[in-house]
Amino acid sequence: MQHAFTWTSDRTVPGARPRSFRLPGFGLTLGITLFWLSFIVLIPLSTVLARSWSGGWVHFLEAAGSARALAAYRLSFGVALLAAAANCLFGLIVAWVLVRYDFPAKRLFSAVIDLPFALPTAVAGIALTALYADTGLLGRPLAKLGIPVAYTPLGVFIALLFIGLPFVVRTLEPVIAELSREQEEAALTLGASRLQTFRRIVLPTLAPALATGFALAFARGAGEYGSVIFIAGNMPFHSEIAPLLIVTRLEEYDYSGAAAIATVMLGVSFVMLLVLNLLQRWRARRIG
Amino acid sequence: MRAAALRAPLGTRAVLMLVALTYVGVMLLLPLGAVLFEALRKGIGLWWAAISDPDARSAIRLTLIVAAISVPLNTVFGVAAAWAISKYNFAGKGLLVALIELPFSVSPVVSGLVFVMLFGANGWFGPWLEDQDIQIVFALPGLVLATVFVTFPYVARQLIPLMTVQGRAEEEAALTLGASGWRTFLRVTLPNIRFGLLYGVLLCNARAMGEFGAVSVVSGHIRGETNTMPLHVEVLYNDYNFVAAFSVASLLALLALVTLALKSALEWRYRAELEARR
Repeated sequence: MQHAFTWTSDRTVPGARPRSFRLPGFGLTLGITLFWLSFIVLIPLSTVLARSWSGGWVHFLEAAGSARALAAYRLSFGVALLAAAANCLFGLIVAWVLVRYDFPAKRLFSAVIDLPFALPTAVAGIALTALYADTGLLGRPLAKLGIPVAYTPLGVFIALLFIGLPFVVRTLEPVIAELSREQEEAALTLGASRLQTFRRIVLPTLAPALATGFALAFARGAGEYGSVIFIAGNMPFHSEIAPLLIVTRLEEYDYSGAAAIATVMLGVSFVMLLVLNLLQRWRARRIG
Repeated sequence: MRAAALRAPLGTRAVLMLVALTYVGVMLLLPLGAVLFEALRKGIGLWWAAISDPDARSAIRLTLIVAAISVPLNTVFGVAAAWAISKYNFAGKGLLVALIELPFSVSPVVSGLVFVMLFGANGWFGPWLEDQDIQIVFALPGLVLATVFVTFPYVARQLIPLMTVQGRAEEEAALTLGASGWRTFLRVTLPNIRFGLLYGVLLCNARAMGEFGAVSVVSGHIRGETNTMPLHVEVLYNDYNFVAAFSVASLLALLALVTLALKSALEWRYRAELEARR
């Protein structure tokens, strides 16, 4: 799951000779694309923005900035940051092992990494709840240690760990595969320790990809709903995520309230999209 | 000798392997195992009873219908978008690609919400739709719209890099030899992109059948009518009918496993044809 785009059109088509030869279908395909994009994505999204302002500034600020909403953002964004960071660490190890080491059933291991992409989120949600509830396989020993997981913010963290891992692994894998081993060799030959080599040679090369994986995992985690709501407990001010608060407002027929919180979430989505684009440029420059 | 010098000492390698395998085992495999275990713990009879229940049957049917409508729509869109973006140069291309990927970073709940805002009873078109006696939200059209929104980028994002790498030389050759535009697409372009297309459709379908948040907002949770399989799982679970919930969930887990198996098979066999996506 890589984002391979930039804002400006600096991508040229190999062999394209403008005007000298007409490949048919430009009008038709671009027309379909723009129509479908507007009809399905752009117009619907803009109605949410319009609806959130329909009650005026004050109402928007009251709905989007209520104490309950602030607590929900803190949980959604805060835990998504923590989970993305944890997945960067473990994802780096998993990707490293996948690329550099040979072991039996490696292909199976690699296929399993994508499970969170393929498994419906509601299924993941009830499965994690069954495991981490205080009667569950993992929840019981943890509860005995005084660490309740299900129905607490820690449960949200566990769900986002599950959801985010493949974003980091799949972003890092191709970059680790292309690491120049000569540099590592040179560093080792010149007397650097393995840890130094990793910190000074490997990590800086991986940094842009690691940042991209982090951003992707965070963006997904902040908006995640299905895998979280079963395990979260959903207590207002404590374990209620922002997407759930939107649903609650909607069920109360508070449309503009729901739209206001959705606007804040969309704002973060746009910022993440921008960040991912900048990261993409950074990576393109690194590769040369 | 050089390769050996580069290899980390056995201890380091063993620790890293152990961490990676344990993490993936506990975080990913254990939940999958839990679904199958919980589904079958009271015997295969109850499992079968749960998935042959009329409400479950109608949820399965609805999931298949929603996927059967939204996946082809997004496939046609994906191919068209990839053709326009990969074969021509035009201003704003980068922005267009970014907008196509936008649904990936929008929360599923917001993806459903937008259609309630448009077509719900209090939505922009709500009163008009009511006059015409057309129901979109809390009915099949709403489910399809929400599913199309969340699966929007899957086919396009797979094909754009692939077709960009392939360029347009082959298509131009076919046209020079007198083939029509459609014929060129069917005989030259389509065979070149078929595995990438299949890959995109596979992932699009998995998401379409498994989507929860977006359809949950537009569905209204009417049993036997507007509940797709993931929504039916939620309803059963909230009724404390855990065995039935996990039984229906096990079908979705099976779908995930089949998707992963096909996806991996495509990656192993046709790596070269898919390579451009990296």
